Amino acid sequence: MTNIDPAFLRGLTRPRLARSTASRRDVLRLMGAAGAGLALSACGVKGQGGKEKVTQTDVQKYWAGKAQTGKLNWANWPGYMEDDHSTIKAFEKATGIKVDYKEVIQEMGPWFGKIQAPLAAGQSIGFDLMVMTNGIQLEQARQLGYLAPLDQSRLKNFQANAGATFKNPSYDPGNAFTIPYESGITGIAYNTKYVKEEITSIAQLFDPKYKGRVGMMGDSQELGNFGMFLLGIDPEKSTQADWEKAAAKLREQRDKGIVRKYYNQDYVDAVSKGDVWMTMAWSGDVYSMTSPDVRFAIPKEGGTIWTDNMCIPKTASAPVDAITLMDWLYVPENNAPLTEFVNYITPVPGVKQVVAADAAKATGQEKKDLTRLSTSPLVFPTDADMQRLRHYRRLTQAEETQYQKIFEPIAKGS
Amino acid sequence: MARRSRGGASTPYLMILPSGLWMLAFFIVPIVLMVSLSLQTGNLIDGFRQTFHWQNYTDSLNTYGDKVVRSLWYGLIATVLCIALAYPAAYWIAFRGGRHKSTYLFLLLLPYFVSFVLRTVSWKLVLTDNGPILGPLRNHGILPDGFHVLDTGVAVVSGLTYNFLPFMVLPIYVALERIDERVVEAAYDLYASRAQAFARVVLPLSLPGVFAGVIMTFVPVSSDYVNAEVLGGPRNTMIGNVIQTEYFDNSAYPVASALSFALMAILLVGIFVYARSLGTQDVLEAAGR
Repeated sequence: MTNIDPAFLRGLTRPRLARSTASRRDVLRLMGAAGAGLALSACGVKGQGGKEKVTQTDVQKYWAGKAQTGKLNWANWPGYMEDDHSTIKAFEKATGIKVDYKEVIQEMGPWFGKIQAPLAAGQSIGFDLMVMTNGIQLEQARQLGYLAPLDQSRLKNFQANAGATFKNPSYDPGNAFTIPYESGITGIAYNTKYVKEEITSIAQLFDPKYKGRVGMMGDSQELGNFGMFLLGIDPEKSTQADWEKAAAKLREQRDKGIVRKYYNQDYVDAVSKGDVWMTMAWSGDVYSMTSPDVRFAIPKEGGTIWTDNMCIPKTASAPVDAITLMDWLYVPENNAPLTEFVNYITPVPGVKQVVAADAAKATGQEKKDLTRLSTSPLVFPTDADMQRLRHYRRLTQAEETQYQKIFEPIAKGS
Repeated sequence: MARRSRGGASTPYLMILPSGLWMLAFFIVPIVLMVSLSLQTGNLIDGFRQTFHWQNYTDSLNTYGDKVVRSLWYGLIATVLCIALAYPAAYWIAFRGGRHKSTYLFLLLLPYFVSFVLRTVSWKLVLTDNGPILGPLRNHGILPDGFHVLDTGVAVVSGLTYNFLPFMVLPIYVALERIDERVVEAAYDLYASRAQAFARVVLPLSLPGVFAGVIMTFVPVSSDYVNAEVLGGPRNTMIGNVIQTEYFDNSAYPVASALSFALMAILLVGIFVYARSLGTQDVLEAAGR
C-alpha cells in the first residue's frame, strides 16, 4: 500500500470552507432530492403496440380523402438508383409527380432509431416512401403501427407482374404494408489480388491465415446468420441455444484477431482498396463494384436472401404519390433500367426478357454488359442457388431482446 | 467598498435567471428523466415501466465495463498528448508570436473550420493500408506486410488528439498571454536562469490554463464515439459507441441511460479528485508564494 497524505484525503472529503449550521441551501437541496425522487417514479414510457392485422375498413379509413399532391419525398439506400436518376426522371415524365430522392438509409438499426420518435409522436419524418429490409426493424415498424396499410386496388401492376416468391411473404402476409423493391444475397466478397484461392465457404472467413484481413457485418441479424451457417444451422429454425453456439464461434473468430472490422455499408471501399481481403457482402454491391478484382461467392453452407421493401410511413403527406410510384415500378419496361443499374434481384421476373431484348439490340461494350447481366446468377439466381439461400428468422419481441443481447455485443468487442 | 447601492441586491439573481432556466429545461430535466429511465424495465412495443431495477447498472457495467475503462485510458492518453503538443505551440505564439499572434492562432485553428466528421473521415483516407503514407512505405519494405494503422487503437487515439487539440491550445494560450512580462524580467533580475524562470514563474502561472484545457479535452474525448467508429476496429470500441448503439439502434433506453449516467458519475468523481488535488486556487496560491 502506498502512503496517502491524510491531509489530501481530508481535502477530498471535507468541504473547503468552514460549514455553517443547516443552511437554506441544505433545505433547497433536500427539496430538490425529494422532487427528483417523485419524478423518478412517475415517468415511464408508454407501450406503443399497434395492430398487426389490417382489415378492409382500416385501409379505407386511411386512404379516404387522400389525393395526389404532385410531390414525393423518397428515402432510400445508397447505390439503389442510377447516378443520373433516369428511372426517377422517367417516372416524373410519365406521371407529373416530382420526386425528391435522398440516399439517407445506411443500416436498418440507425434508420429505425431516427424515425421511431417522430412516428411514435404521429409526426412527419419528412418522407412519403422508404425502403426497409425485412427483419427486426420492419417487424417493429409493422407492430407499432408506423406503416400505412396498402390499398391493394391501387397496386394493379404489382398483382399482375410480381414474381410468385415476392408476393405474400412470411414477414408481411398479404403484402399488407410493403411490396418489394429489390432482393439481394448476403455472401462473401473477396479481392483476388490478395486472396490466392477460390472462396467457396464461410469456414474460410474463420481461417487464421487471414488474420486481420476479414470483414464481417455489424448488423446482428447478418452476423448471427453467418455464425449459424458455419455450424450448419438454418437461421429460420434456430433456437436460443443455437444462437449462443453461433455467438461463441463468432467471438472466437474476433478474439483470434481474424476480424479486422465490423462494417455496415462501408465494406465496399475497404475490400476494393485491400484493407480487408474478404468480407461479408451484399450481392449487388459486388456486381457493380468498379474494382474488377473483387469477386462474390454464395457460400456452400448457405447465404441469406433478403428483400428491401417499399413502404409508406403512416404520417406521410403524399401517400397517393408514393403508392403510384410503387406500382409504376412493377411495369417490366419501367423496372428494367433500374435493375440494369443496381444489379440486385428484381421482384419483376418480366425484366429478364426486357434486358435480354435490350442486349440483342445493343452493340459493343454495352451488349457485353447487358448479356452478362441477363445471365448473371447474382441478379437472376438459378434454382440451385435458391436452394442454398435462407431467410432471416422472424423474431417475437421477447426473442428479439434475447437475440440482440447475444449477438449485439460481438461487434462492440464484448 | 460599501458603496454598492441597495437596489441592486436582486440584480445578480436576475442575471443568472436566463441561464438558470436554460439549465433547468435542458440539463436538469433531461438528467432526471435519464436517471428515471435507467431504472426502468420493458421494451419498445410493451412500453417501459418504472421498477427501480438497479440491475440495469450492474448488468450493463458487467457487459461493457471494459469499454468504460478503455475510454478513460484513451481519454488520458489523448489529453497528455494534447498537452505535449499544445503547450509548446501556445508558448511560442504567446511569447514569440510578435504582432502576428492572431495570424498564427488562426492558422492553428484553420482545420477546425471543417466539419468534425469530415476531418475524421479524411484521416481514414490518409491512413488506409495502401494509402499515400503506408502504401509507399510498405512497397519499399520499410513496413512489414501485415502492418496497419487504420482500425487500431493508435488510429483512434491519434484522431482524438487531433480533433480536440484546440480545446487545449486556447486556454493555455490565454493563460500564457496574460502573464506580465515584468514578472519574468524580475525573475531574471534575481539571477534566475531561463529554465528556472520557466519552471518557477511561467509554468505555475500557466497551470490554470492547463487545468481548464484538461477538463475541456478529457471529458469530451472520453465520451466521443465518432473517432472509434470511423478509425477503430472491434478492439477499440469506446463507451460512447455502446451508448449510441443501445439507444438509437436497439431502443434499449434503460441500458443506454444507465451507462450514460454511470459514465457521467465516473467523470465527475474523477474531475472532483483532480480539482481537489490540483485545484486552480491552490495553484494560484502556490504561484503567489
